[in-house]
Amino acid sequence: MMQEHSTERLVRAAHIAEFSARHRLRWLEALPWVAAIAAYFVFPNYLALGAQILATILFVLSLDLVLGYAGIVTLGHAAFFGVGAYTAGMLAANGWGEPVSGLLVGGVAAAAVGLVSGAIVLRTSGLTLLMQTLVVAAMLYELANKAHRFTGGADGLQGMEMWPIFGTFRFDMFGNTAYFYCLVVLFLCWAAARNVVHSSFGRSLTGIRENVGRMHAIGAPVARRKLLIYTFSAALAGIAGGLIAQTTQFVGLGVLNLERSGMALIMLIIGGVGQLYGAFIGVPLYMIAQDRFAEVDPAYWYFWIGLSLVFIVVFLRGGVFGVVERLFGRGKSP
Amino acid sequence: MSETGKGLATVDLCKSFGALSVANSINFNLDAGARHALIGPNGAGKTSFVNLVTGVLRPTSGRLMLDGQDITALPQAQRVKRGLVRTFQITALFRRLCVLENVALAIAERQGVGGDFLRPAGRHRAVIEEAYDVLEMLDLARDALRPITELAYGRQRMVEIAVSLALKPSVLLLDEPAAGVPPSESIMIVEAIERLPADIAVLFIEHDMELVFRVAQRITVLVQGSVLVEGKPADIAADPRVRQVYLGERKH
Repeated sequence: MMQEHSTERLVRAAHIAEFSARHRLRWLEALPWVAAIAAYFVFPNYLALGAQILATILFVLSLDLVLGYAGIVTLGHAAFFGVGAYTAGMLAANGWGEPVSGLLVGGVAAAAVGLVSGAIVLRTSGLTLLMQTLVVAAMLYELANKAHRFTGGADGLQGMEMWPIFGTFRFDMFGNTAYFYCLVVLFLCWAAARNVVHSSFGRSLTGIRENVGRMHAIGAPVARRKLLIYTFSAALAGIAGGLIAQTTQFVGLGVLNLERSGMALIMLIIGGVGQLYGAFIGVPLYMIAQDRFAEVDPAYWYFWIGLSLVFIVVFLRGGVFGVVERLFGRGKSP
Repeated sequence: MSETGKGLATVDLCKSFGALSVANSINFNLDAGARHALIGPNGAGKTSFVNLVTGVLRPTSGRLMLDGQDITALPQAQRVKRGLVRTFQITALFRRLCVLENVALAIAERQGVGGDFLRPAGRHRAVIEEAYDVLEMLDLARDALRPITELAYGRQRMVEIAVSLALKPSVLLLDEPAAGVPPSESIMIVEAIERLPADIAVLFIEHDMELVFRVAQRITVLVQGSVLVEGKPADIAADPRVRQVYLGERKH
């Protein structure tokens, strides 16, 4: 009897220890950063593309937070990307070229749009929500198009002038600074996102995704939680947009269009939804494939992208990340 | 009577969807410590009643009282905070999450740390320890780290009860706790209900008459949204009207 009792206590301690350790960093999580630094040395001629990839990873990561974690289906995430890009862009085009503060203001502006639009559209769900997110992005697109005087409309925003980062690191034509700038920003945002995802708040989002009715029944303020993650995600998307604007020193209407929202979704699905790392796999894969396909078959490259996507959806459930997870036989509970 | 005391009371509770009336002026009392069964044929409005009480549905008219206070206008989450908790007829759990986390999420909400976005969930030690206590109480500890999908259905129903107990209810509504559970496992559920803390007011909807007559101290029979009769199990079993609309129906 005594023996049995102590076994139970051992099992309890082991269970609790395992459960409590799930937020700890694993070695594998260093991989994207090692790869990003290695890529800098291996592909010195592709740093501009590399910076674009890093900023896009941040954008897709922000989408993963709402779609993968909270289960909020959206086709309008470009709205926040675009607000961040235009804010950072207009600041730089109007005499404030300081990059870090410009980026932060872009993030805050996007968060504000996320908060206000989220308070309205998140009352709905499913297809209605999908349409509403689409509409928000479409309205902002038209606004940017019509406000030619401020945004340059269809011609794009011209005349951005970026100052050196911290007054020291000048944006060079090879993209060295841009690459590391994007990498550092991505790292900081990833660290914040990772912390959120593993927090009690983050776990409650997973609960909302898994069974929203149950979350209501255990007394969780579901609407407030959804709005909070939507706003946080919008901020990250805005920072991603700001990065693209600052490193390319140009903002066009494309930052707000449906294609950008849709592409982010595709890249996330390729990588794996709701895993935090789907973006790190999906984005490089998509953008490099796009680059390669366009070179090999300039006329029909989009067809090959489509075909690959069909293959992934049919054969690689859970995206590339899902397959990797299964190969390593880890992680049954999301 | 219990309109001023502890427990749950409905006063002339009505709900209709157009011409269809699912709750017809229901006056119902559930005192602290009660073991009360709500029975009735399919479509009698039993689950609608639970949905009205928990706030999933808004009543067309009438009032809801919890511990003497009017909760008619309170949203669902607020009612839960006041101790009004339910389980679902169809198991409603976080199916891909492990058993421990299903309970821990509920406890995090009750302790008010569910919105903490700074500290990792694993560092909320008090939440995890308490969740594990609940699992041990219901003999679920050995499955603590298994996802719900891997459990037998009877054990899933037990987790459903564990989650509701984690919320420290004063009033617990069990919507067909043994629905779909094979007879070999349903005894486990009956025993769990019998072991519920004595001060909780328990209302359960159930079709399994063996379970009803074993656990219930009082029974209310609902037919077409109205209370047909309420009384002690022996009186209900002997009531000719009940036999006619309910028990009789099953005999053909």
